Amino acid sequence: MVSQIIFAIALLITLSIFAFTTWRYVRLFMLTQPAFRVRNFGKRFGLMMKVAIGQTKMFRRPILGLIHALVFWGFLVILIGSIEMVIDGLAGLERSLSVLGWFYNFIIASGDVFAIIIVVAIAIFLSRRLFMHVKRFEGIEMKRISHVDANVALTIILLLMISLLGLNASYVAYQTATNGTIHGYFPIGNYLAGLFGNMSLAVIHTHHQVYWWSHILLIFVFANLLPYSKHFHVFMSVPNVFLSRLEPLGKLPNMENVTREVKIMMNPETAYAAAPANAPIERFGVRDAEDASWKSYLDSLSCTECGRCTSVCPANITGKKLSPRKVMMDLRARMKEKRNGLIAQGKEYSDGKSLLRDYISEEELWACTTCNACAQECPINIDHPKLIVDMRRYLVMEEGSAPGELKAVFSNIENNGAPWQYSPEDRLIWAENLEMNKV
Amino acid sequence: METVKIEIPVMADLFARGEKPEYLFWVGCAGAYDDRYKKVAGAFAKILTHLKVSFAVLGKEETCTGDPARRAGNEMLYQMQAFQNIEIFKMYEVEKIITICPHCYNIFKNEYPDLGGHYEVISYVEFLDKQIANGKLKLNLSKFANDRITYHDPCYLGRANGIYDDPRRVLRALTTNLIEMDRNRSFALCCGAGGGQMFKEAEKGEKEVFIERTEDALKINPQIIATSCPFCMTMMTDGIKYKNKEEEIKNYDIAELVALSLGL
Repeated sequence: MVSQIIFAIALLITLSIFAFTTWRYVRLFMLTQPAFRVRNFGKRFGLMMKVAIGQTKMFRRPILGLIHALVFWGFLVILIGSIEMVIDGLAGLERSLSVLGWFYNFIIASGDVFAIIIVVAIAIFLSRRLFMHVKRFEGIEMKRISHVDANVALTIILLLMISLLGLNASYVAYQTATNGTIHGYFPIGNYLAGLFGNMSLAVIHTHHQVYWWSHILLIFVFANLLPYSKHFHVFMSVPNVFLSRLEPLGKLPNMENVTREVKIMMNPETAYAAAPANAPIERFGVRDAEDASWKSYLDSLSCTECGRCTSVCPANITGKKLSPRKVMMDLRARMKEKRNGLIAQGKEYSDGKSLLRDYISEEELWACTTCNACAQECPINIDHPKLIVDMRRYLVMEEGSAPGELKAVFSNIENNGAPWQYSPEDRLIWAENLEMNKV
Repeated sequence: METVKIEIPVMADLFARGEKPEYLFWVGCAGAYDDRYKKVAGAFAKILTHLKVSFAVLGKEETCTGDPARRAGNEMLYQMQAFQNIEIFKMYEVEKIITICPHCYNIFKNEYPDLGGHYEVISYVEFLDKQIANGKLKLNLSKFANDRITYHDPCYLGRANGIYDDPRRVLRALTTNLIEMDRNRSFALCCGAGGGQMFKEAEKGEKEVFIERTEDALKINPQIIATSCPFCMTMMTDGIKYKNKEEEIKNYDIAELVALSLGL
């Protein structure tokens, strides 16, 4: 009974902190801009199953993709075991989901095997980060905190798996020693149970208790650390894929507020009329974090800084300052910097800084070729070019600022309908004296 | 060989005679003004003429789609161009548009619908592929049969719209020696000219993107780099020049290769 009460208190604390965190994120999301209406749930579900659950885009790099996929699939299976632990902890039961029969055995056996696979995978990931010089993990945006963040999360996952393996092994050892029924199959646990061979029953029991509590408490701690680290990825990536923009990568979303203005301008009767007095002042494009759409903000929270985007960016490859990963990390960092003020005072809040220039420079924004290699590469469908173009929109339409050559392109298009300074009269020169062989 | 002069039908003239073509051939600014791409416009017009396709161009009434403005952040200018074009298309009752520029293709196909412009938009690459498949275009295999040809995917056909197979099928109808760069299809590296870069100096860096991409091609030692975008053509041709490989490597557009193979 005492342990049930302790467990309930621990769970309550965990859920309260989590609810508080969630509430704050919801407040921030409410300040962001509209992106698109979420429809086509069937299509979205299919996409989620393929890209998120099936990890298809991870396999663009087959070896590491497979290792990550194994960790992810393992997580999904082990999650069921964690739910069981919560039920057991609250109800004072043991292995309560064993009522599920063969399905339970299957899930527990898979989780047991996945635990050891994940240990190996995390060891590989950690050694890549600690001992190998992986170019993808470097870059101007990768500060010390990014590396610490990654290593802490990997270490916690490693501890989670070790405690799970210990839990399974001590369970098998205890049940065997007491001739109790073993619920579930433990291919690895059976093997590791041998380690408890010459221990007394009381010691095995203590081991089991220690593993059980450390595993579940680590989960509680981890769950509340994640939203404050780049590993928020663990929660956000599946929803981010589900909420992907479903249109072709080449399509930029239309700016309805510009359409309204253009229609007014093109209509001679309204072109010179005064704007209605109560019309809200709108900002074109993105200058600061709250100008970004909810989708861009979700993108930034889902990013785990893997750097696949930056590693395929033509600008970055050729030594320009632009790094699509940095753009996402900057949006997230800027919102974090501003969040207390934003939550307290809403959009009126200003700290005299902005995402544009204080975080992302014009030089970075103008280096993008909108080739979409970053968006194509991102395993969880983050759309970097969308945010980059939104920031260009602010520069051009609100500040009239752009590289001189592009300003010339704008005035050429306006004056003679082409990016170059040629007359429309010359548009058919190519067709003059065109001859063809008779075949 | 005997040659015939081609008259390119202009929409306004056809309408004055009460005729309406099946396709609008959208030439694009590069096809109209870029000396190298004018030849591609010519080559594709020859193919259309050869196929006796009912088509017309807008000629002097054509104007920028707004793509470079839009990608450079000038949504206002883009939408003004778009509404202007949509009006012209409405006037000529345009239903099908063939483009020889992936940027024009993308904007008509994906972005004009948001402003009320709905058309069947066809990339010339898709068109050529269909005409070869249905037997209407009979290519002469002897022309390029043994040439090592590589294809550089333009971002706005490839990643932007998923058109990877059509151009490759066209090239396979020309040569038995289609070779791939390491980065190809959705992994292809941009030529460096998209998103308004065509018209400006690149930002400070260690290298130009078009050189990096040209090096991808040089690694596999092709005789022909096939492109299907005016900006890519400018970039790849520059890259070949920069590397002093003009003798060994030629840069042709897919439409030119098809026209040459047909002996047009």
